[in-house]
Amino acid sequence: MSRVLLMQGNQAVVEGAIAAGVRFYGGYPITPSTEIAEGMAKRLPEVGGKFMQTEDELAGIGTVLGASLGGVRAMTATSGPGFSLKQEMIGMACSAEIPCVIVDVQRVGPATGQPTSPSQGDVMQARWGTHGDHWLIAVSPSSVPECFDLTRRAVELSEKYRCPVILLMDEVIGHMRERIELPDSYEGLAAARRKQPDVTPEDYLAYADTDGSKVPAMADFGSGYRWHVTGLVHDETGFPKGTPAATKNSQDRLRTKLEDHEDDIVQTEHYRTEDAEIVVVAFGGAARTAYEVVDMARNEGIHAGLFRPITIWPFAERAVRELAEKTQCLLVHELNCGQYVREVESAVQGRASVRLYAKYDNEPATPDELLAEIREAEKTIKGAK
Amino acid sequence: MKQNFRFSGTGGQGLITAGIILAEAALLDGKLAVQSQSYGPEARGGSSKAEVIISDEPIRFGRVTHPDTLLVMSQEAADKFSGDCDGSSLIITDSLFVREVRAKDARRVDLPITHTAREACGKPLFANIVALGAVVALTKCVTTESLERAVLDRVPKGTEDANRKALAAGYALAENN
Amino acid sequence: MKGMEELVDLYFRPGRLPHLWCPGCGNGVVLGALLKAIDAEGLEKDDVAVISGIGCSSRASGYVDFNTANTLHGRALPISTGLKMARPELNVITLSGDGDCSAIGGNHLIHAARRNIGLTLVVFNNSIYGMTGGQYSPLTPRGSRATTAPYLTIEPSFDILALAQAAGATFTARATTYHVPILVDVLRKGIRHEGFSIIEAVTGCPTNYGRQNKLAAPAAMMEWQKEHGVMKAAWDKLDEPAREGKFPIGVLYERTDLKEYTKAYDEIIERAQAGKEAASA
Repeated sequence: MSRVLLMQGNQAVVEGAIAAGVRFYGGYPITPSTEIAEGMAKRLPEVGGKFMQTEDELAGIGTVLGASLGGVRAMTATSGPGFSLKQEMIGMACSAEIPCVIVDVQRVGPATGQPTSPSQGDVMQARWGTHGDHWLIAVSPSSVPECFDLTRRAVELSEKYRCPVILLMDEVIGHMRERIELPDSYEGLAAARRKQPDVTPEDYLAYADTDGSKVPAMADFGSGYRWHVTGLVHDETGFPKGTPAATKNSQDRLRTKLEDHEDDIVQTEHYRTEDAEIVVVAFGGAARTAYEVVDMARNEGIHAGLFRPITIWPFAERAVRELAEKTQCLLVHELNCGQYVREVESAVQGRASVRLYAKYDNEPATPDELLAEIREAEKTIKGAK
Repeated sequence: MKQNFRFSGTGGQGLITAGIILAEAALLDGKLAVQSQSYGPEARGGSSKAEVIISDEPIRFGRVTHPDTLLVMSQEAADKFSGDCDGSSLIITDSLFVREVRAKDARRVDLPITHTAREACGKPLFANIVALGAVVALTKCVTTESLERAVLDRVPKGTEDANRKALAAGYALAENN
Repeated sequence: MKGMEELVDLYFRPGRLPHLWCPGCGNGVVLGALLKAIDAEGLEKDDVAVISGIGCSSRASGYVDFNTANTLHGRALPISTGLKMARPELNVITLSGDGDCSAIGGNHLIHAARRNIGLTLVVFNNSIYGMTGGQYSPLTPRGSRATTAPYLTIEPSFDILALAQAAGATFTARATTYHVPILVDVLRKGIRHEGFSIIEAVTGCPTNYGRQNKLAAPAAMMEWQKEHGVMKAAWDKLDEPAREGKFPIGVLYERTDLKEYTKAYDEIIERAQAGKEAASA
């Protein structure tokens, strides 16, 4: 049985987290993500979980990492200014491979920026926000039902690959209310737990790749497996080891841990791209305009399509390259001055033309505005023929 | 068929709640709906707006660029939010507050919404529900059964009768227009 | 009580020694006292978590055979807090240095104290940033020399226990690496205490504090601790002039009438599951 509801994106994130088995949330209130904290404060204790409003953003994610070490699925949510503060702990989670989910409901930045206006200006920060080489996953929902589904998926991926997963939202989706059908019971929807050791505590090496998956088994603190966590470069024992070989081995495993599983991790959506000459590339809230405009352009005889990365990081390089082989123009539309477009360009490598429609004036693009860009692209293509 | 609504007025008039109720009523009718709203300082005092799109088809872009129906309940909101209406739009005003709107060729219906709320329910607080009744009576965008259910699902316990009265007063306002 | 060699065999991780502390450093004395306290309290290794921040003293977590984490600078308390929330049955012991705890982690300190969450915080106070080579911390006495205070420090220092008490800590204690039996005793009481406990362990850094402040010999630092640490009972009898430059040791403050945070949180769960949002307390 299920129930049909009108629900806000941020509330759907809360329900997705509860369904996924998240039982700890630590965070600090910040617009436009606050509804997530409020929702978790109400919902978590109902299911026996715990919510903490921490003294600051750093403590928010700090408590999340602590709870995760204790074996509890844990999450935090924030927006740009808080996302900046959370970066040091995101690095810790990458290095020590501590599963956690960080929701970033993006707003206009930098600094305080425009708290209630939509932006996608954190897309590169989501990938490269913390210092040093590191690898993580980011996913971005384009609808309220997808907020529910992708929150669950974020929890699942973080447990499976032992890395931080960023749920990269924007104000458009976070605050929009739309129809969602939720199951009456969340039984059976909890994300699979992280891999547990299959050896005795004496033989347990906290960071050993025992099954070739590159993802080490992770014992809960207090379970009888006593191991050591550090943000220092470490070897498979988990203890600091900074030799050149140990450093390289560690970096190689952390990188290939995700690279090797890209087929499982990277999700994209193709909308009417089959015979498309112009393909809009857009994610999150920006994709909402794009769907509509693809239909409008088709009605004018323009062969338009939409390519929507659902997994934002790792970048869907292969899918973009394949798309570039069969289309003429990729029109990247993002709510910032042009960040993701550089990834697209580097994947396309001249196989098709890449155009940018950057929108960074506090408002999502209207269908008419994006349609005008497609018409321009069409003119350029036809002119070139 | 897709219908675009914008409810605008002053923060505190309950227009965001009205928008949510309208969208919920549409879902009860088996249609699709998207609701969005203005946030931040302008949502508390100052002018405020809620937008609702109702459709049988999936709704992609969730904001209203051209309202089919605009409800305005303050002069400031009329100045700010009526510019993208045209001859095909219906503008419903609260005649107590609104003198002029920017879209001169739009079809305009002036109703004493707040005045009626005070008369029918004793409090101007019910103006948003009176307005919803009028909007639905004029546009037939949702069934009155679904509207009533959506209203009763949202409002505080103990206020059901007053809200039913407010709805009825809203229908009557529109019909007597 | 077991001897140190036996404790090393029992609680040190094989192969993790030698430690990185300098000759004459007091950190090993504090860690030894902590192991004595844990042992005397009869805690199982599986039931103890040792979470540290960054700095010389925070390396201690890696040497000992518990559930351990050497986290980020200043952030040991938030991570300890999350772990305690997830596993209230664990004895969570947080190790931090004076800089780690009172400067970069100062905000976390006052809020952990305010919540009265059941953590045992051990502050290794060596009055200096040792790992980075001798910069002054908020606990460096005014008028000290440091590499970042070549003209002597002008900043007053915190009394970290008074700070924690004012913020809401329900157990505060101090001892030094000279007064080891007292240190072991207050650590035991701190571990046993239900609520937030903070133990300041005054320790010497001959290399980075001593050399800059005419206390280069480890023994000189011990002498200093011996002369300046005054038992609480005696301290209470001293008048203001006699207290000048000295500090009290022993348990300085304890109250047991306030509910520990994770236990208090259980009441939230009960209320939520009974389906009632509290009107107001």
